[in-house]
Amino acid sequence: MNDSHAMKPHLSREHLLALLRAMVRIRRFEEKCAELYQQEKIRGFLHLYIGEEAIAVGAMQALTPTDAVVATYREHGHALARGVSMDAVMAEMYGKAEGVSRGRGGSMHLFDAATGFYGGNAIVGGGLPLAVGLALADKMDKRDSIAACFFGEGAVAEGEFHECLNLAELWRLPVLFVCENNLYAMGTRLERSESQPDIHIKAQSYNVPAEVVDGMDVVAVEAATRRVCAAIRGGAGPALLECRTYRFRAHSMFDPQLYRDKAEVEEWKHRDPIDRLASWMRETGVLHDSDVAAIEAEVAAEIEHGVAFAENGHWEPIAELSRDVYAAEATQ
Amino acid sequence: MTDAVREITYRDAVREAIREALLADPRVFLMGEDVGRYGGCYAVTKGLLDEFGPERIRDTPLSESAFVGAGIGAALGGMRPIVEIMTVNFSLLALDQIVNNAATIRHMSGGQFAVPLVIRMATGAGRQLAAQHSHSLEGWYAHIPGLKVVTPATLEDARFMLAAALSDPNPVLIFEHVMLYNLSGVLPPDAGPVDIQSAAVRRVGQHLTLITYGGTLFKTLHAAEALAKEGIEAEVIDLRVLRPLDAETVLTSVAKTRRAVIVDEGWRSGSVSAEISARIMEGAFWELDAPVGRVCSAEVPIPYPHHLEEAALPQPAAIVAAAKATMGG
Repeated sequence: MNDSHAMKPHLSREHLLALLRAMVRIRRFEEKCAELYQQEKIRGFLHLYIGEEAIAVGAMQALTPTDAVVATYREHGHALARGVSMDAVMAEMYGKAEGVSRGRGGSMHLFDAATGFYGGNAIVGGGLPLAVGLALADKMDKRDSIAACFFGEGAVAEGEFHECLNLAELWRLPVLFVCENNLYAMGTRLERSESQPDIHIKAQSYNVPAEVVDGMDVVAVEAATRRVCAAIRGGAGPALLECRTYRFRAHSMFDPQLYRDKAEVEEWKHRDPIDRLASWMRETGVLHDSDVAAIEAEVAAEIEHGVAFAENGHWEPIAELSRDVYAAEATQ
Repeated sequence: MTDAVREITYRDAVREAIREALLADPRVFLMGEDVGRYGGCYAVTKGLLDEFGPERIRDTPLSESAFVGAGIGAALGGMRPIVEIMTVNFSLLALDQIVNNAATIRHMSGGQFAVPLVIRMATGAGRQLAAQHSHSLEGWYAHIPGLKVVTPATLEDARFMLAAALSDPNPVLIFEHVMLYNLSGVLPPDAGPVDIQSAAVRRVGQHLTLITYGGTLFKTLHAAEALAKEGIEAEVIDLRVLRPLDAETVLTSVAKTRRAVIVDEGWRSGSVSAEISARIMEGAFWELDAPVGRVCSAEVPIPYPHHLEEAALPQPAAIVAAAKATMGG
């Protein structure tokens, strides 16, 4: 077996701290968003990723700057983990012109050309064809890049999932499909909507290599992603990771969570990806109280900066309302 | 490409346009159902697979949403895809990708991403293909901000609108009426290029304005000739582009003739004809000498038998009758 550099995470103290910091950064950012939502600074839909941070953080470790990322409406974590500016994300949540999507998208539609972040798609399954097309462009243009597509297990019930797995495999396209299986499509539990609830088996039926990953373990996610990305970059075609996870918060800010037991939520909280990594690091002696304090302080300062940036941002003039519906230039 | 005066069909004109685009730009490729080995269900793309190979002439599975969405993704990724959907009826399986992604991404991303995608599809009735292959739904797409919608009716537009669409940084939908593919005529050596922003006056007249597009252009021109024999000179406007709509050309003509009849193969309710009528009301109400008339398809799913299909569609006799009614006759 090729034990190449790209295929294994380097479990140095520095790297583990970076993983921890990245997850804490998403967690604290979203906790702040929930608070700002209560204050009506953020409006519309707000879907929190809390509990699932290990997937975005782990998977992004295997991506290069030229890769494309396609995500869902629960994508704050992916954007931050990909390197989209927190200031610009927070301003987008406010709907300000300084937002990463110029305020036009809000929480569900974060886009960032600089980091190859192609949204923020609020139609379940709607991002998968885009990832297939981005990968097709990579392949036709003979680039070494791949398209990473994040979606929930709810998307598996959409026809686009099946069409896209088939097409990506048929054309041997460099797509990394990351299914974030948090068990509930809004309020519908997986077993209540799928005759075959093992998603990786569905992928295998299209000849797409697929495996189950513990989505609460950031190191496991990183290791699996590095391994499959090396194969995808090597021309093996697409692969799917089914990351088993759980969202600790409601589906959106409007969800009273009548469909699941509090005990179930509590049980999953014992597997919190941040606590889990931190405990393991403490046990192995690579995490100290001072590290945690430093991470929390840094993250708090960055969030404070983001909130100030958003607060000080400006509302786009209404005269600009129809901007960017069509290209300003006639040709390109 | 057009060295001398020569006879050409609409089908050949579209094929030449695709071939020219493939030769001109390595980013251009074609994908769709049976575009390659089969040669296209209307034989438009026959021969292209042999010339350009399977990388650039891509046969797709019957997965409209996936391959249209892949076209959007490839456009985001720097390519210039031409996606063919067999008919507008099948495009409904890709409606999510066209309306929720292609039309919105530029705006939702604050102008960071463009979708320079061209989608071609056949539209319209007349071949006894019944209700799931015969509808004219281009008006639905013309409702959507972010899309451009064009309807080449003439050989020149069939030959040159594609180049204009490919050089446009927005998603452009091209609707080819199924009854036009066998249309044959002479393409002058100096034909093209054409724009995709203006309507065209196809016949000059002073007594009333007939406004149409796509498959009903020639029916309307026939009606205009019949009217001319009775001393009524109709101006015929080919809209060419349903979005953005060139209302100015329509209003200028109506201001001159003071009478208008709209001919649209779509159903009357909520149609392109309804939109044109409203634009005339908004922009030329005080110029009108008569209410705006309309000739549209009967409000039925298009039926299979020839006589019922013909009865459901706008025909020259009905256009003549509507024109005369507008003239007060």
